[in-house]
Amino acid sequence: MMERALPPSRFGQWFNTSGWRTIIIAAPYLWLTAFFFLPFLIVLAISLASNAGTSPPFQFAAEAPYVHADNFRRLISDDLFFRAYIASILNAGLTTALCLLIGYPMALALTRFSRSVRNILLMLVILPFWTSFLLRIYAWIGLMGANSWFNKGLTALYNLITPDAYALRFIPMMNTSFAVVLVMVYCYLPFMILPLYANLEKLDMTLNEAAMDLGSRPFQVFKDVTLPLSVPGIIAGGLLVFIPASGELVIPSLVGNSSTPLIGRVISDQFSYARDWPMAAAVAIALLVLLVGPMMAYTHFESRAQRRPGDDA
Amino acid sequence: MMEERARQAEDGAGFIRIENVSKSFGSFKAVDEVSLSISKGELFALLGGSGCGKTTLLRMLAGFETPDAGRIFIDGQDMAGVAPYDRPVNMMFQSYALFPHMTVEGNIGYGLKYEAMSDAERKDRVREMLELVQLTPLAGRKPHQISGGQRQRVALARALARQPKLLLLDEPLGALDKKLREHTQFELMNIQYKTGVTFVVVTHDQEEAMTLANRIAVMDKGVVRQIGSPTEIYENPKSRFVADFIGSINRFAAAIVYVKDGIAVLDCAELGQPLQARAEDGFEPGMRVTAAVRPEKITISRERPEAGNVLSAVVHDLGYFGKDSLYRLQLPTGKMISASVVNTRRAGENERIAQWDDAVFLAFDPASVILLRD
Ligand SMILES: Nc1ncnc2c1ncn2[C@@H]1O[C@H](COP(=O)(O)OP(=O)(O)OP(=O)(O)O)[C@@H](O)[C@H]1O
Ligand SMILES: [Mg+2]
Repeated sequence: MMERALPPSRFGQWFNTSGWRTIIIAAPYLWLTAFFFLPFLIVLAISLASNAGTSPPFQFAAEAPYVHADNFRRLISDDLFFRAYIASILNAGLTTALCLLIGYPMALALTRFSRSVRNILLMLVILPFWTSFLLRIYAWIGLMGANSWFNKGLTALYNLITPDAYALRFIPMMNTSFAVVLVMVYCYLPFMILPLYANLEKLDMTLNEAAMDLGSRPFQVFKDVTLPLSVPGIIAGGLLVFIPASGELVIPSLVGNSSTPLIGRVISDQFSYARDWPMAAAVAIALLVLLVGPMMAYTHFESRAQRRPGDDA
Repeated sequence: MMEERARQAEDGAGFIRIENVSKSFGSFKAVDEVSLSISKGELFALLGGSGCGKTTLLRMLAGFETPDAGRIFIDGQDMAGVAPYDRPVNMMFQSYALFPHMTVEGNIGYGLKYEAMSDAERKDRVREMLELVQLTPLAGRKPHQISGGQRQRVALARALARQPKLLLLDEPLGALDKKLREHTQFELMNIQYKTGVTFVVVTHDQEEAMTLANRIAVMDKGVVRQIGSPTEIYENPKSRFVADFIGSINRFAAAIVYVKDGIAVLDCAELGQPLQARAEDGFEPGMRVTAAVRPEKITISRERPEAGNVLSAVVHDLGYFGKDSLYRLQLPTGKMISASVVNTRRAGENERIAQWDDAVFLAFDPASVILLRD
């Protein structure tokens, strides 16, 4: 009787009593636990073990507390690691800054086109993803080679503006830090443009008009209105570029030089050549702490800053 | 030229001049050959239905749209080619367009940021504006932490802070509820009076236009149909469109039989009897016209009254609105007429002048009849 009188809530009851709600909410957490948190714990555990000739090649200490921090001690004392971290973070920082410098005007320009043109241009931003990542890097290797039209064109341009005494036959681009940054900016640019575009597109154009009406010139409008309101987009795009860029392995090993190893390379070498899994794990954990620490601090302060004005309301 | 400017500044007439301004979007004419002259210190309303080009005209005054043809002068200065940030004009946007990342104080002071003035002056001006709109206690809040009515006042203060020669207001009260609107109307008029700034207010609400403005321009499909004081627009509409748009009105098709002593006698098939109307110059016998009477000009009585025009009718329907009642009455010809009666006495349901299906007399003065040419 009652059930027939309340048909809509019947599903709701069944949904609640059968625990479906809990299951649906729990699913992403289970996923994160199984595929992020557990592996992270395993890596953490390995980083606290010793290298050994066994298979898998690590061993925990025989007596309590079974773990030790020797790998982390080595990490701090050996300045090879320190230099690799610095180089990686500088490299990722430079890549992020250049992506922002190039991506911001592009994202802003995208919002100024009509809807149909905009969709085509957005497609063009995403289009490179349809080609294999490796293939695109090999294409750059071809472009940067001494005999490519790209290198020849740049060389001609360079020779045009510099005195004859300094004339070059070609510009040595391959296996330089310049090549690494160039290819990384190229590969990561869409990750900067897309979140920025999503943010800028939502901004109300009448705010720009209001600022202009109140006496601001176009650049002042940008500085006072558009830029501050796009900070969330800048942060999102920045993290999306900076985090993977700091651990990047493939691009530096294909187009970079080996004199300044980046952290991705160090982890890979420790893991496969030195077969020192605990050391590789320690390097990875330290990188994670280095990246996640500032991020968590930022979100913490951000949410505090957003709460504060509301408190006195 | 200089003399002309000086003279105009003196008596304030033609402070803002819009001369034959047109604007098209594609093949669509949003504003069509509009000419207006607005005096200094006036509170001028642009009134018209949705899509008639009010906002477009306002945006041309602010400099966000360029007229296809025609010229705009503000205080004698031609506005052609002058960018929005160089115009002595400020606008209060329909959506308010407050900067969400700035406080109330920051919003109000923003227009002074690039003005050549000292920090102390700037502070003083912001304080003055906060006091004007009574928002001093909320100076530190962000726009999302204040009410709709308060936001409206921030927008007004922000637009006034630069002391513009002309303030444009696009549906300033559009986002407020009815009670707050009425209160805010008077506040707006009060502020306009205090500051002496020329206001051009856009609205689609005829009551609001009548309450606020010294003068009203009624717009329709990009064209200005009539310009005049609220009384002129209401009592002397010059076209059927204006008569219909402002308030409600009864209309009859009629033909003038003769005119004597300023009173025209009309032949009117819909009424089934002749009609007397006061005729201005230019109405000649034989002309086909529309005669129009406002509902509140018609009186309802049980006995036949003495009046220029008396009709008999039957009550078809009546609506009670508290302060007045609206009657729908049917004439013997079948034509329906509206008449409104102010409820001057406190009376119960059965004490009204007339009930459903009662036979009554309708009376109105010849002077109350408006003659329209179209
Ligand atoms: N940028 C534009 N592109 C194309 N058409 C436009 C544009 N701006 C306005 N219009 C058209 O011009 C006409 C007038 O628009 P406007 O905004 O001036 O109307 P309005 O009188 O302010 O109406 P409302 O009371 O609804 O705000 C409308 O039909 C509108 O569709
Ligand atoms: Mg509008």
